[in-house]
Amino acid sequence: MTDTAIRDDAELIAAIRRGDEAAFAGLVDELTAPLTRLALAHVPSRAVADEVVQDTWVGVIRGIDRFEGRSSLRTWIFQILLNNARSRGQREKRTLPFSSLRRHDPEGRNEPAVDADRFQGRRGEYPGHWARPPVEWDSPVERLAGDAAREVMLTAIANLPERQREVLTLRDIQGYSAEEARNALELSETNQRVLLHRARSKVRAALERHFDSEAGR
Amino acid sequence: MSTAIDEMTCREFVELVTDLIEGELAEAKRVEVEAHLGECDGCATYLEQIQQTIAGLRRLADADDLPRTREQALAAFRELKRTN
Repeated sequence: MTDTAIRDDAELIAAIRRGDEAAFAGLVDELTAPLTRLALAHVPSRAVADEVVQDTWVGVIRGIDRFEGRSSLRTWIFQILLNNARSRGQREKRTLPFSSLRRHDPEGRNEPAVDADRFQGRRGEYPGHWARPPVEWDSPVERLAGDAAREVMLTAIANLPERQREVLTLRDIQGYSAEEARNALELSETNQRVLLHRARSKVRAALERHFDSEAGR
Repeated sequence: MSTAIDEMTCREFVELVTDLIEGELAEAKRVEVEAHLGECDGCATYLEQIQQTIAGLRRLADADDLPRTREQALAAFRELKRTN
């Protein structure tokens, strides 16, 4: 973290502590969208996500006087949100479509990006090279913006292991940088990248199944 | 040169795509990955689809109207800060 960020944090914390509403509003404007998206990675509806975000702000206001600055202000806020969202998500799990798909490997780190059977085996002509290579998608820009592809992506995201879903949400939906996502989620560089890699691979695979079946492949 | 191209398999390539996009590959590895990419249509299509997937995910954000809770948060601030 840079010196500027530390100084800015200190000033912002001091301002919020003394009741400076404009300073607090600035933080609310900056973080409400990413916090809401992250909450939606855990809870089944927008209404519940809004409640989780509101509870988070109340937690920030109540806790700011005791905040010791061991992490950055934003990291602290994201951790409050994640604790709220994860426990709320646990409670409402039965209503979520992906609850039946619990995995042995919650971070899903040992899965290949592409199914092994897409590649040639050891006895193939070119072992490890494509047996069934991906086929280019027709009009991808238009079709990716359509409702059907949107549903495919949302379902694929809902089926991701929790940590992958969090990283994908901040990086690819919210558009956070790797560093911003690492700080928000308290992940190492490598872990952030591995989780993102697995998550993107699975959304691509879901889109491929969808486009291939539409094309009759 | 050609041994480096021969050595990387498509199966290895797909696991390096995120590192490539993120600019996190060591120089020697990046050269190897790009050489493979130049020779392999399947992997070029794969990389393109990953980039299309990222663009599609980003568009999911456009459909949201998110900051609905702003006024509630500010109301809580006024109330809690006053009663402190």
